[in-house]
Amino acid sequence: MPHSLFEKVWAAHAVGRLANGQTQLLIGTHLIHEVTSPQAFGMMRDLGLKVLMPHRTFATVDHIVPTDQFSEPYADPMADAMIKELRRNCAEAGITFFDRATGKQGIVHIVGPEQGITQPGTTIACGDSHTSTHGAFGAVAFGIGTTQIRDVLATQTMALGELKVRRINVRGRLRPGVYAKDVILHIIRTLGVNGGTGFAYEYGGEVFERFSMEERMTVCNMSIEGGARVGYVNPDETTYAYLKGRPYAPKGAAWDREVARWKAVASDPGCRYDDVVDLDAGDIAPTVTWGINPGQGISITENIPDPAQAMEADERAAVEEALAHMKLKAGAPIKGTRIDVAFLGSCTNGRLSDFQEVARHLRGRRVAPGVKAIAVPGSQGVALLCEELGIDKVFRASGFEWRAAGCSMCLAMNPDKLIGDQLCASSSNRNFKGRQGSATGRTILMSPLMVAAAAVTGQVADAREVFELNP
Amino acid sequence: MPLAKITRISGRGVLVAGNDLDTDRIIPARYLKCITFDGLGEFLFIDARRNPDGTDKAHSLNDPRFRGATILLSGANFGCGSSREHAPQAIQKAGFQAVVAEGFAEIFFGNSTAIGLPCLVASREDIAQVAAAIEAEPSLELAIDLVAQEIRFGGRKIKAVTREAARDALIHGRWDPIGELLEGVPGVLRLAKGIEYLGASGE
Repeated sequence: MPHSLFEKVWAAHAVGRLANGQTQLLIGTHLIHEVTSPQAFGMMRDLGLKVLMPHRTFATVDHIVPTDQFSEPYADPMADAMIKELRRNCAEAGITFFDRATGKQGIVHIVGPEQGITQPGTTIACGDSHTSTHGAFGAVAFGIGTTQIRDVLATQTMALGELKVRRINVRGRLRPGVYAKDVILHIIRTLGVNGGTGFAYEYGGEVFERFSMEERMTVCNMSIEGGARVGYVNPDETTYAYLKGRPYAPKGAAWDREVARWKAVASDPGCRYDDVVDLDAGDIAPTVTWGINPGQGISITENIPDPAQAMEADERAAVEEALAHMKLKAGAPIKGTRIDVAFLGSCTNGRLSDFQEVARHLRGRRVAPGVKAIAVPGSQGVALLCEELGIDKVFRASGFEWRAAGCSMCLAMNPDKLIGDQLCASSSNRNFKGRQGSATGRTILMSPLMVAAAAVTGQVADAREVFELNP
Repeated sequence: MPLAKITRISGRGVLVAGNDLDTDRIIPARYLKCITFDGLGEFLFIDARRNPDGTDKAHSLNDPRFRGATILLSGANFGCGSSREHAPQAIQKAGFQAVVAEGFAEIFFGNSTAIGLPCLVASREDIAQVAAAIEAEPSLELAIDLVAQEIRFGGRKIKAVTREAARDALIHGRWDPIGELLEGVPGVLRLAKGIEYLGASGE
């Protein structure tokens, strides 16, 4: 009987059934960071538990690490304490820690793939909801809470109920100026922010077949924004080519053996899905959010929704609340909205190709007066590649600040924050109220090139016009 | 470690109205700077409750009529967004023993169940009915019955359900799975031998 990748990976990692009907699922690879793990180690100590398989956990610092200060102690004493706590926990347990001194530090969802730790057919867990990113490799990757981090550290398993699988096909070709970010914003806009509850999303179709690994990661990353805890793409030649030669990828005879295993884990033709959604790539435009959740998106050429127009009472209330927070005018074009800050980075769009694509168009342009523009590579590895290619110089010359690797202004736990009601054109993943460090701060999500277009014009702009992309 | 069997929760309720109340609103990232969960209760819904100058905003959680409520009512897709367990921890540490909403985001639901904070789903109309009743009489006692899957209040009752696996875990006192997971470790060790995928690297 044909099976989906999700079913195969689940079956291969199921240890047994728990009394409440959930599955005890083996987590092959566990990733941890400084913000959600210290309490888990504390719980372990309270219960007298030890890390069962330290070689299956990898750590890095990303959420709270400053991007403009390089030596400890960091200015924020709590940040400094959290990072030292992680270092201590890793040393005690024998966990590999990609600390800043290793040159391998970065956002956990960028470091895993970069090091070749993220592999097809595996189960991955991390105390961060964007763990779905790793699904780009055909891994089944779960964002988990701190109690579950404890469970994984102590038993290398967690208790989970099985998910349904929704296949999302994006057929045809994307138009110029339309990126992976637009694809996922379009999917979330179409299926809703809770449309994926109870589902794993399997992405496929010509668009995904043509996508690079980095583009696949951008889409899988935001699965959770559509309510799906897990999102994945079946592994293929693009996946194997990306992994080959990376530090933790299989080598020698093991490589061929593993590739054969990875091929076998992909969804079988004719397998059953609980739901199938077909989307046409031609319908996707550069997309921006206008509201306070990632599903409140429109194409750059559309107008902001008007609650005076016919809509259900519920939707009207949601639109009114969003517009009040965003200080946007109902029915007006989103294009031309003044911005204060441009943020390029995050686990959604902080990889080499994101900076490369922007640099290609940014050369010779200047950030508009009054706009604070920051570019934050997702990892030390990404930063190094950008610097080798001179990409950092393009950003600096245009007026962007070029920062050190971390999550930065995506969630603003470090000093990179919006001030007051500043409006930020952001390549990150969440436009929730208060997300970027100020309760009244405002976020418009968009692709990296759209962020660049906003930075140079000082307003929400159509990158296709600003950078004269051919239609 | 014996866990409490959570079958009934009685207490007063408070409505935090709205759909899609995300974890950044439940507790913004800047309050996650901690190495224990102690003290998170005071930051619950902080941006919606407090002005930047430290004064209180009009919010049901600031309303003295609802002080001491132990049952939190809300709308659809409650707890969407990040996986931060700080969100259910903040709710629990603020004194709440259950959340009743039209629906819950997946990770939030799992995180809450694992710390013994039941999440129950009720219909919009029913939640509105309870909210109207507590608005009229804030001292009204709500009685959640996880076995019968209902909430009784003032001579009325509504349906309030939770997923079977969660209900089973809560009412049988096995909502923290660590004990069972530890019992499974011999099986874990056997299975893990066959899937040493990082071992393939020789790193």
